[in-house]
Amino acid sequence: MAGLATSFGSGAMTNPINDVNDSELLFLTGTNATEAHPIIGYKMRQAHRRGAKLIVIDPRRTELAEEADYWLQIKSGTDIALLNGLMHIIIKEDLQDKKFIEERCENYEALEATVAKYDPEYVSEVTGVPVNILYEVARLYATTKKAGIYYTLGITEHICGVRNVMSCANIAMLTGHLGKPNTGVNPMRGQNNVQGACDMGALPNVFPGYQNVNNDEIRAKFEKAWGVALDGKVGLKIPEMFEGANHGTVKAMFILGENPVLTDPNSNHIRSGLKKLEFLVVQELFLTETAEYADVILPSASFAECDGTFTGTERRVQRVRQAIVPLPGQANWQTLNQMMIRMGCLTNYKHPGEIWDEMASLTPSMAGINYERIDKDGLVWPCPTCDHPGTPILHTATFSRGKGLFQGIEHVPPGEMPDQDYPFLLNTGRILQHYNVTTPYSAGIMTLWNEEYAWVNPDDACELDVETGDRIRVSSRRGECSSKVRVTDRVPKGMVWMSFHYTASQTNAVTSHILDPTSGTGEYKVCAVKVEKLAS
Amino acid sequence: MCVDLIKLTIDGMEIEASPGTTVLNAAEALGIHIPRLCYDPSLSSVGACRICVVEIDGMRNLPASCVTTVTPGMVVRTDTPAVIEARKTILELLIANHPLDCMTCEKAGDCKLQEYCYQYGVTKGAFTGEEHHYGLEENNPFIVRDLNKCIVCGKCIRACAEITGKDILDFAYRGFNTKVTPFGNTSYIESDCVFCGNCVSVCPTGALTEKQMSGKGRRWELKKVRTTCPFCGTGCNFDLNVMDDKVVGVTSTNGPINGRALCVKGRFGWDYVHSPKRLTRPLIKKNGRFEEATWGEAFDLIATRFKEIKDKHGPGSFAALSSARCTNEENYLVQKFSRVVMGTNNVDHCART
Repeated sequence: MAGLATSFGSGAMTNPINDVNDSELLFLTGTNATEAHPIIGYKMRQAHRRGAKLIVIDPRRTELAEEADYWLQIKSGTDIALLNGLMHIIIKEDLQDKKFIEERCENYEALEATVAKYDPEYVSEVTGVPVNILYEVARLYATTKKAGIYYTLGITEHICGVRNVMSCANIAMLTGHLGKPNTGVNPMRGQNNVQGACDMGALPNVFPGYQNVNNDEIRAKFEKAWGVALDGKVGLKIPEMFEGANHGTVKAMFILGENPVLTDPNSNHIRSGLKKLEFLVVQELFLTETAEYADVILPSASFAECDGTFTGTERRVQRVRQAIVPLPGQANWQTLNQMMIRMGCLTNYKHPGEIWDEMASLTPSMAGINYERIDKDGLVWPCPTCDHPGTPILHTATFSRGKGLFQGIEHVPPGEMPDQDYPFLLNTGRILQHYNVTTPYSAGIMTLWNEEYAWVNPDDACELDVETGDRIRVSSRRGECSSKVRVTDRVPKGMVWMSFHYTASQTNAVTSHILDPTSGTGEYKVCAVKVEKLAS
Repeated sequence: MCVDLIKLTIDGMEIEASPGTTVLNAAEALGIHIPRLCYDPSLSSVGACRICVVEIDGMRNLPASCVTTVTPGMVVRTDTPAVIEARKTILELLIANHPLDCMTCEKAGDCKLQEYCYQYGVTKGAFTGEEHHYGLEENNPFIVRDLNKCIVCGKCIRACAEITGKDILDFAYRGFNTKVTPFGNTSYIESDCVFCGNCVSVCPTGALTEKQMSGKGRRWELKKVRTTCPFCGTGCNFDLNVMDDKVVGVTSTNGPINGRALCVKGRFGWDYVHSPKRLTRPLIKKNGRFEEATWGEAFDLIATRFKEIKDKHGPGSFAALSSARCTNEENYLVQKFSRVVMGTNNVDHCART
């Protein structure tokens, strides 16, 4: 989200999901929508079948890649080169939106100077995409009016994730595909309330509504409301927390509903950090791999047992409603509230609606949202007043930061590439049937999908002497795991692809230790591994 | 944009409708509900079941209102003796080859065929003849298919093609032997089916039902609670179906983003809620093993230890991981706890991972 925040001033999907329906062009990069966001993926497929052009950029042959007008099977980690190459052609052919650039953006010269170096022949060599396809895609995107960019973690989970995002912002600004229906730069967020957790200030640098903790005026407002002096120093990001735990500077942690041992990269580092903590409290539904390290576990109530709200990827705040009595006897907000009271913070919430109202009273972008207004269809923030209809499309007249910021961004190769010792490239992601932490406890789901199948290209399978169903060991410089094999030409030669859902195949013991230096996001999409056949 | 509205009369009431509106939708706007089996607002209309027939002046036969568009001066009647007679005959034909086991059918109470037979007073016996004896398909964990109850309306085929886009289903064979099936007359589990269950959500009879809901309660007993899906970030809405304080299933509602469409996780993955592995009591680790504790004991220990560590090592020695899976309100409390109680901005969640 740091990328879009820099370019536009706001790090969220610019356009609503249902803009997909009557788009003329869908530019998908690093997103396997029919599996990671099935309902959005289904809408994309239908839009394409109704005539929208579909461009899919992905090293894997995903379902939508199969149907696409253009499938650009780029080499992993070459997104910036590709986007710069497309922009090079757009500028060379004078297809940019000069009026938009002039009136709405700044720093265009820097972009122009950078992309001038990315001629199609060079870009083709770096990305593996044929030159003629680069021309066709560049022309198509630049000249189609209703053209939107959609991306997921295939863009962000790289060493240059933030720069990848800013490159997407660059090409959208260059062509004026922003601030209008059916356009925009649309990060589809992976988890039900990842947008909301950010919005609520569960981040080390901002209070709710992206209000900076190091801004004195803002901090004074929160100090007044909360009745305590607040720290003005930006806190630790997740990787820094575990770094601190490993070094003994972080001594105590509270973890709510997260399982970093299974889902965070380079998990052996997470485990050793957790082990070194003096005191760990985990609030969880299940005895997860992470909860095993806890000193105290507080049982959680599930979504069916809590009132509250989730904010989806299109910034729509919607109600979550309690359907059954909480299995632990109390809802999560009550548990958190009691913990605060026990430690001297005398809150007095009677219902989650009161918590929302307190937050909204301190957060201008959500001040107009309350439980009554969102009861039926939710509301899309920014929504500053109680008569404001919400803002499905961002940046219509100006960008949140004023002018859109072009940046010259150079291609950055992945932090670790295959070599002689670790000759395969491991790419990871989600599968349709599973979600990060809860689905492995669904009896129905686990009846059919209960073990990992690492995808291996047929050519590699021949060399490794493995067939679908055989077992392999996948190891990197950081750790190893074992998995069954699925032989499929959906992955290119040299790539192994795995999900991360199964306790028995802990893919993240293997994944990269390398992070994007700005966001701290792990490079889950590229690391070097070796693959060995195991006796079955 | 100015579009000339079309004036017509339905059951003596005048209405103006935009060009292209169907008679069925125009009637609906007047509050007249025309029965329908193969029609669904989110799918293309095929006019196959004929239950929605109406009488229109100047037309030779009784046209299906779901595929007849309004024309200027059209005079429509939805409840004439001829219309009612036609609907009764259609229902009699349908149930001539339909098991009338409503007393045990999972769909009873939510079955269009049952509803219309009741409404029009149709019972079995007007027509007799051959009946199907298909085996029950229940070899997957999510969807039960009973083709004996299929009325061949084709909605499941259209849902698969027009919502999900998987095109798993189509009609096979001819005449009486016509059936809906995946390619090669296989079962769902043997096909490329993704088990989104969108076919189940549009099925008007008991031909397609949710396996998880089998035997868990009659449809009219279930309390429906509309909520937002806890899986990916799309923000789909659905109804939790509750019986005796247990979630027994998920059914579609009309969400602002997803309409009635769902995926396999949203429709069928919710059952972790009642997993026997759920934690229900606070646990405190003693000598390397977790032991059950009261909430009071847990909070006392947490308060003591967090305070000790904060006092000894400073607020920066504490860090909180909040959750992209928990509600906004819970996230707000976790960041408030970190900032107000522990005195640190060391709070983050897995947005970056």
